[in-house]
Amino acid sequence: MKILVAVKRVADYNVKVRAKSDNTGPDLANVKMAINPFCEIAVEEAVRMKENGIASEIIAVSVGPQSAQEQVRTALALGADRGILVQTDTDLEPLAIAKCFKAICDNEKPDMVLLGKQAIDGDNNQTGQMIAALTGWSQATFASEITIDGDAVTVIREVDAGLQTVKLKLPAVITADLRLNEPRYASLPNIMKAKKKTIDNTTPEELGVDTSPRVTLLKAAPPAERQAGVKVEDVAELIDKLKNEAKVIS
Amino acid sequence: MSTQLLNDRDIEFLLYEFLDTERLLSRPRYEDHSREIFDASLRTAKTVAEKYFANHYEKGDQQEPTLVNGQVEMIPETKAAWQEFTKAGFLAAHQDYDEGGMQMPEVLVRVIMAYINAANIGTAAYPFISIGVTNLLRAFGSEQQKSLYLPLIMDGRANGTMALTEPGQGSALGDITTLAEPHADGNYRLFGQKMFISCADHNIADNVIHMVLAKIKDAPVGVKGISLFIVPKFLINDDGRPGARNDVVVAGLNHKMGYRNATNTALNFGEEDGAVGYLVGEAHKGLGYMFQMMNEARIGVALGAAAIAYQGYNCSLEYARQRPQGRLPSCRDPASAQILLIEHADVRRLLLAQKAYSEGALAMCLYASAVFEDQNTAPEEADRERARLLLDLIIPVVKSWPSKYGCVSNDMAIQILGGSGYIREYPVEQMYRDQRLNPIHEGVEAIHGIDLLGRKVSMKDQAGFNIFVEEVTKDLAHATKAGLTDNLVAGLKIALDTLCLTTDALLEQVKADTDKGLANATMYLDMFGRIVAAWIWLKQARLAETRISAGNCGDQDVAFYQGKLQAARYYIEWELPAVQQLAALLDSGNRVTFDMKDDWF
Repeated sequence: MKILVAVKRVADYNVKVRAKSDNTGPDLANVKMAINPFCEIAVEEAVRMKENGIASEIIAVSVGPQSAQEQVRTALALGADRGILVQTDTDLEPLAIAKCFKAICDNEKPDMVLLGKQAIDGDNNQTGQMIAALTGWSQATFASEITIDGDAVTVIREVDAGLQTVKLKLPAVITADLRLNEPRYASLPNIMKAKKKTIDNTTPEELGVDTSPRVTLLKAAPPAERQAGVKVEDVAELIDKLKNEAKVIS
Repeated sequence: MSTQLLNDRDIEFLLYEFLDTERLLSRPRYEDHSREIFDASLRTAKTVAEKYFANHYEKGDQQEPTLVNGQVEMIPETKAAWQEFTKAGFLAAHQDYDEGGMQMPEVLVRVIMAYINAANIGTAAYPFISIGVTNLLRAFGSEQQKSLYLPLIMDGRANGTMALTEPGQGSALGDITTLAEPHADGNYRLFGQKMFISCADHNIADNVIHMVLAKIKDAPVGVKGISLFIVPKFLINDDGRPGARNDVVVAGLNHKMGYRNATNTALNFGEEDGAVGYLVGEAHKGLGYMFQMMNEARIGVALGAAAIAYQGYNCSLEYARQRPQGRLPSCRDPASAQILLIEHADVRRLLLAQKAYSEGALAMCLYASAVFEDQNTAPEEADRERARLLLDLIIPVVKSWPSKYGCVSNDMAIQILGGSGYIREYPVEQMYRDQRLNPIHEGVEAIHGIDLLGRKVSMKDQAGFNIFVEEVTKDLAHATKAGLTDNLVAGLKIALDTLCLTTDALLEQVKADTDKGLANATMYLDMFGRIVAAWIWLKQARLAETRISAGNCGDQDVAFYQGKLQAARYYIEWELPAVQQLAALLDSGNRVTFDMKDDWF
């Protein structure tokens, strides 16, 4: 079985991201970048499938700037076999990314596309679903357990009401939730080995993907600063405020 | 521990700006490497440190190892940490590819260790000492010894120890009494007792490989009669599996102030027929072998000191930013909101001093590692020799300054937390206890003072000392060009001139009367340490000034560089001038402490 796993380059989760002063987006100059944590979980799941003899090849794919090669390399150090970088300097929307994946799926014909459920920068939670729609493959989002059974796959999904178990036919698109697994770290020998693995470079143009944006960003601003509280004279005033100002009790 | 480990931005600065580690990529040994690989390795180090070492920092202190029926019992997290450390490939990171290593540059390996140290200094002792043992075996072991013992340690099936100290002998190793008797099987049987041996028993691995200093029967007196032996806890069969139990046992555990999760033992050799020992290298050369590993070990201890100081600084900074307490002296309104601790000038003084000590110590250790690197891999022999001479000179300082001021730094962290700092519910008191070992092990401060003044400074017609003065002078010129303010440049210039004069005066005093001349050597060490620290800060300040005046940094970077500049100002304006007072005492050959008599106490 061949697995395509998506990795996105995002600001490290430890970084406090600030908005640019001209409100055109987050200020990422000199910010530490890392592989999106949910993508890391997806990579881990693919590697485990390979270790269990279920997967035969894992291809790590990223769509992003040249520097995103670093995150593809991270996936290779974690156990992916080769990488593909769809290079673009434009910050692509989920639909454009999904189209790139669709094109790669046409070329590579994987049995499964594994992604994180969302990236911690855009928080869109769309790419996996869009890939499923474009390929016409079955999808299971928010996976917390994946079991392969012949040409089908059983996925336990984390939904608002609890856990939902679905069975899909392969090929399928699956997005990973937080509890799917605990990702490993890359050992030093594996980091060195990753250097020798190949990363193929392509572009959205080469893949024939129209990346023109569908959404216009109007403004990126920091959240409003928290205002100082007020002191109330007595309990009656507090209750009054809770009732009439905050409207949290009635 | 809620606080972060070290500071990633500072690590990045030290590695790629301060030390320009990427320059190493042009050396043949590192041609397979890249910054990407370095960064990925550091990410792994941080993950392992956070997940497997930091998770039991307090627990390992509160539930220290115990000896039950001759077996050491300790918290299970220790074994997991040891296994993950070996699995991640850190144990062999600096070794050659053909020996299963990664050929990582020395300074990278040190940063990896700095993260591990910062997370849990007690548990870090197991890999730290084991790395030293593998280095020792590689350098001086026979092919057969290497093939038998190295894989055991590399796979985590055994750890290593360094068994030098005895109940009667610590600093003065020449007088050790552990005896090695030649045996008919061609090996030796050891009899004697060792004391304060770290990590010598545990339940993290099946076997322990002790590297033991002992005297072969009828050996020459003193340090020239000491030999080095391998003494495994379990003898190793030819297939590499543990065999019979050797005659070395734990007589007891020492109950330490800090570093508690690292077992510390009294070891008995030869309670029965003698502990089987295998001679390493030639007879009577053991101490020399050990000493060839000393520079690495001393940087390693200092790095631990730097990391503990750094954690104290991180904790107290975090606390000072969150804890509201009191008002400014100028404030007359008792109903006004309390201000945060960090808004008090004296708290900022305590923080700034810690910043100067902890970041300064880390920078000093990494600088020394870069010099060590040059000593081994600089392309030109002249540069290698220069690095060797410089490193030999500054090693006593690199060991001592971080250890001494690490203690001061951790003390200040407690002061910031006040009552909370004194109770075990907060981690800073543990850091203080952990730190206190560092001015003691790997040579007490006084030994390094005597080593510096009695040996290192005058070695090879002061070649090392002259290189040091040249290097500082060069940096002073660079700093002027970079536009650093006069008081920083002049401050260090004056201190350096003073050091040269005092050094001349002291060497004369030593020549006239060795004992009297060396009596104040510890103070000379302190003086020298202040100058090296100021120099390390000036180097950082110069870079910071250059980056700020280039005008293309983001706000966070500007703040980072301003912090570097301010710490340099603090150190050079507040702490460096003490050099003058020390010089006055030293130049005049002050006799007050020397002349003190036993019965006057």
